[in-house]
Amino acid sequence: MAATRKQTRSRAAPDVMFKVEGLTKVYRTGELDIHALSGVDLTLYEGELAVLLGPSGSGKSTLLNILGGLDTATAGHAWFRGDEITALSERELTQFRRNHVGFVFQFYNLIPSLSARENVALVTEISTNPMAPDEALELVGLDHRLDHFPAQLSGGEQQRVAIARAIAKRPEVLLCDEPTGALDSKTGVRVLETLTSVNEELGTTTAIITHNAAIKDIAHRVFYFSDGRITKTDVNKRRVTPDKVHW
Amino acid sequence: MSVLDKKLLRDVKRLWAQALAIAMVMAAGVATLILGVGAYRSLDETRSAYYERYNFGDIFATVRRAPEGLKQRILEIPGVSAAETRIVKFALLDIEGMAEPATGMAMSIPDYRQANLNRRYLRSGRFPEPDSTGEVTVNENFALAHGFGIGSTFKAVLNGNKRTLSIVGIALSPEFIYAVGPGDLIPDPRRFGIMWMSENALAAIFDLEGAFNSVVVKLLRKTDQAEAIKQLDDILERYGGTGAYGRKDQLSHAFLDAELKGLAAMSRVTPPIFLLVSAFLINMTLSRLIALEREQIGLLKAIGYRRLTIGMHYIKLILIISAVGIVIGSVAGTWLGQGLTILYADFFHFPFLIFRRNPDLYVIAAAISGAAAVAGGVRAVYHALTLPPAVAMSPPAPTQYAHLGIERLASLKIYSHLTMMALRHTLRWPVRSGLTILGISLSGAVLIMALFTLDSIEFMIDTIFFQSDRQDATLNFNDERPIRIMQAVQQLPGVLTAEPYRTVAVRIHNGHLNRKLTITGKPPDTDLSRVLDLELRPVTLPETGLVLSEKVAQILKARRGDLVWVEVLEGRRGLKRVPVTEISQSYLGLSVFMNLDALNKMLEESPLVSGAHISYDDARTDALYKEIKRTPEISGIAIQSASLAKFRETVAKNIYIMTTVYIGLSLIIAFGVVYNSARIQLSERAREFASLRVLGFTRGEVSRVLLTELGLLVALSIPLGWLIGYGFAWAVIRGFENDLYRVPFIIENGTYATASFIVLASAAISAAIVRRRIDRLDMVRALKTRE
Repeated sequence: MAATRKQTRSRAAPDVMFKVEGLTKVYRTGELDIHALSGVDLTLYEGELAVLLGPSGSGKSTLLNILGGLDTATAGHAWFRGDEITALSERELTQFRRNHVGFVFQFYNLIPSLSARENVALVTEISTNPMAPDEALELVGLDHRLDHFPAQLSGGEQQRVAIARAIAKRPEVLLCDEPTGALDSKTGVRVLETLTSVNEELGTTTAIITHNAAIKDIAHRVFYFSDGRITKTDVNKRRVTPDKVHW
Repeated sequence: MSVLDKKLLRDVKRLWAQALAIAMVMAAGVATLILGVGAYRSLDETRSAYYERYNFGDIFATVRRAPEGLKQRILEIPGVSAAETRIVKFALLDIEGMAEPATGMAMSIPDYRQANLNRRYLRSGRFPEPDSTGEVTVNENFALAHGFGIGSTFKAVLNGNKRTLSIVGIALSPEFIYAVGPGDLIPDPRRFGIMWMSENALAAIFDLEGAFNSVVVKLLRKTDQAEAIKQLDDILERYGGTGAYGRKDQLSHAFLDAELKGLAAMSRVTPPIFLLVSAFLINMTLSRLIALEREQIGLLKAIGYRRLTIGMHYIKLILIISAVGIVIGSVAGTWLGQGLTILYADFFHFPFLIFRRNPDLYVIAAAISGAAAVAGGVRAVYHALTLPPAVAMSPPAPTQYAHLGIERLASLKIYSHLTMMALRHTLRWPVRSGLTILGISLSGAVLIMALFTLDSIEFMIDTIFFQSDRQDATLNFNDERPIRIMQAVQQLPGVLTAEPYRTVAVRIHNGHLNRKLTITGKPPDTDLSRVLDLELRPVTLPETGLVLSEKVAQILKARRGDLVWVEVLEGRRGLKRVPVTEISQSYLGLSVFMNLDALNKMLEESPLVSGAHISYDDARTDALYKEIKRTPEISGIAIQSASLAKFRETVAKNIYIMTTVYIGLSLIIAFGVVYNSARIQLSERAREFASLRVLGFTRGEVSRVLLTELGLLVALSIPLGWLIGYGFAWAVIRGFENDLYRVPFIIENGTYATASFIVLASAAISAAIVRRRIDRLDMVRALKTRE
């Protein structure tokens, strides 16, 4: 897939990164079926920064988890660059995550026993074409905190280490689930700046889940979720930079 | 039912595997205590009741021939409440269908009256009619071994004449609970039997009318036994008394006592170890289990539950787990204990069995285990309860870790970051890691303790049967015989080598210490029956002086070069000053050796021998046995191969069963420690492992972190386990030591290896189970739920 990427880069029109058709996810808990996703259709393009907006339980996380290979669909299909990820085995999903996807979560999920640099190196060790851990941390503005352990970092700093860890392998997609959810506004803006700069500088397709409507203005497109469906899609004519966002 | 109680039941259901693992370890602790101590108490009680009901004597003595009238004088000794005189003689038995000769002990029972002392319990039939020379009552084991019933017959050589004896009764006696034949190590009822016969009949056969050659005395309580023995010796001296001895030295009692002491030692040493291990394990796992409930505890507090209510909720969880463990342990312990008691009782043949119910044991075991569990839980509950609810509910701050100083080696690629995670985590919690190592090592140690006895016994067998007593058989003469009898022995069919020996009853004095013993005289350089020094090299018996076995030297506090007094208790008697010239190794009995010539010279007698050690041609065994059965001078034969086979069989019965039980228990512990620490690790770090999975690490790679940690702890626990196991084994050996035998302290490398292998295997199994849980780790949920 790395070879395909180089070819597609040179083209003028953006390539399709993800294509989703009729994606459905049903959780069976006892007698009750919960429809987390009810036939979602969606296309994400290369280099795009998309915001997925909606109340909790609307299905956005479920979609992101399936796109990232963390979960499987009940029905429907999803393709990544023409490869159907809904048809991949557990082993292939692991490889898919390892090679193509970066994740950022609300609660950072850093390994407490590894320093910032090592948390990043953890990923670069198993990647084919990674950047140096120091470089990734420099990109998120943490080149002065390389040897600190998570316990010695603030929440915002921990989240930026998580972003550095996610981008260090030069993933084609970056999937962020409430990346600012646990942060105050000022720190959250700093994290968003990091995400947009990664999106611009590396061309990484980025999908950000949030229920914070203020964030939607930084995206190319905004998808509104409700009851397991996409109810509306907006294209931002004029994007704003994160420093203009407040909440 | 309150909501909290519902939660409790569901928690138990959710945690059932871990709860059961903890409960099983607890059960192991409880079971060992009940098993070991219970069996000991039951047997001890049974023995006491047996002695009491059948009036077992306190002092025993043999004489050459003493007039019956002496009995009155014996009864006049202060403190003597009863005395029974009797005739006891060895006889060679010729039993149909049995090639080798057996040995019988003919013992008189009074005619026309009930015996006062050492009464027999009649299992079936009756006692011989007065004056009947053809009727015998035999001991039960002997009858069982030959399939004898009432009316069965066999032949015995009594005072040189072969007679056919008819069995009229089968009985048990407190005097022969452990009926071991002359020259044997272990009872072999096929080759040794007790024959009770009419006193008048035996007196007629052995020309002992109006006389006796054995006496049993019962003392009043609080009588000075040593003084009574001394007075008895004074009376019997001129009738060829070889020195009276107390119950402590009575063969059956001494062996039984040694067995019971061994059991007691085992039950003193092992249950505390198991209880300690289980207490520690419960403490460790429960405290960590409850630490995981931190958030829920915070929530309950936030809703408004009182601390006490929440505390009790978790204490109840601990109590449920403890109750399960205690119940399983009590049931298993009682069951195993009864099994063990029956096993021992079968071996010893008691007429009845008293199972001691031991409520105190159950209370003690339950209290120790329960207290350990509650203590472990309370600490963690208290810790969680003291946090303000808001803090308790929010995820704990990331743990502080430190650099190890080996990070610079990262460029060498000798370890990965996954390994680093494992290392740092292990070192971050040194106490916890240390305790886990200790826990696992204790299971290894317990295994070594259970397994090493086989090494020691194998070593003992090798030393006794293949280094020291290498003869094929030992012949006992019915009296001391001139040394020229050896020519006749040499002439027996198939005999290749024959070595004479002589035994003399003596009392050896060193300062204020003294001990009644037998000196064995042998030719200086024997090839069959050899004396071994402390390094187990054969000793050439010096021309003068005594060779004391290590244990005798220890009892008498005698060293090489010391001069001791030998009080001869036979023949012309007398007191001789003799040097100790050598200390020998001996695992059996209290042996003292002397050069045969020197012994005869010391006794101022013409050369006499008591028996011979022989080796023979296997092809001519039948002819040899036939000839021995025809030889009136031979009163008994001990066959080494039969002894060894019986020894192994008995060891197999007793030790293997005990060992199997302990191995089972150690397995539970090893598994319990490893499984619980792995499971808790997994719960504590589910989020971390899920993150790794999200980052694209495979199941194998993620498992590696946990397995590396476990592997590290297990690896470190192994040498520690060896060390602790060595200590435990030493404690057990010390408990086993007695006058009859000393088990050498030998732990073969193979035992260390086996113990470690078993620990590794059970660690691997528990790791595999936990590994499956890592495989099923729900990434999404683990990342969504806050710690």
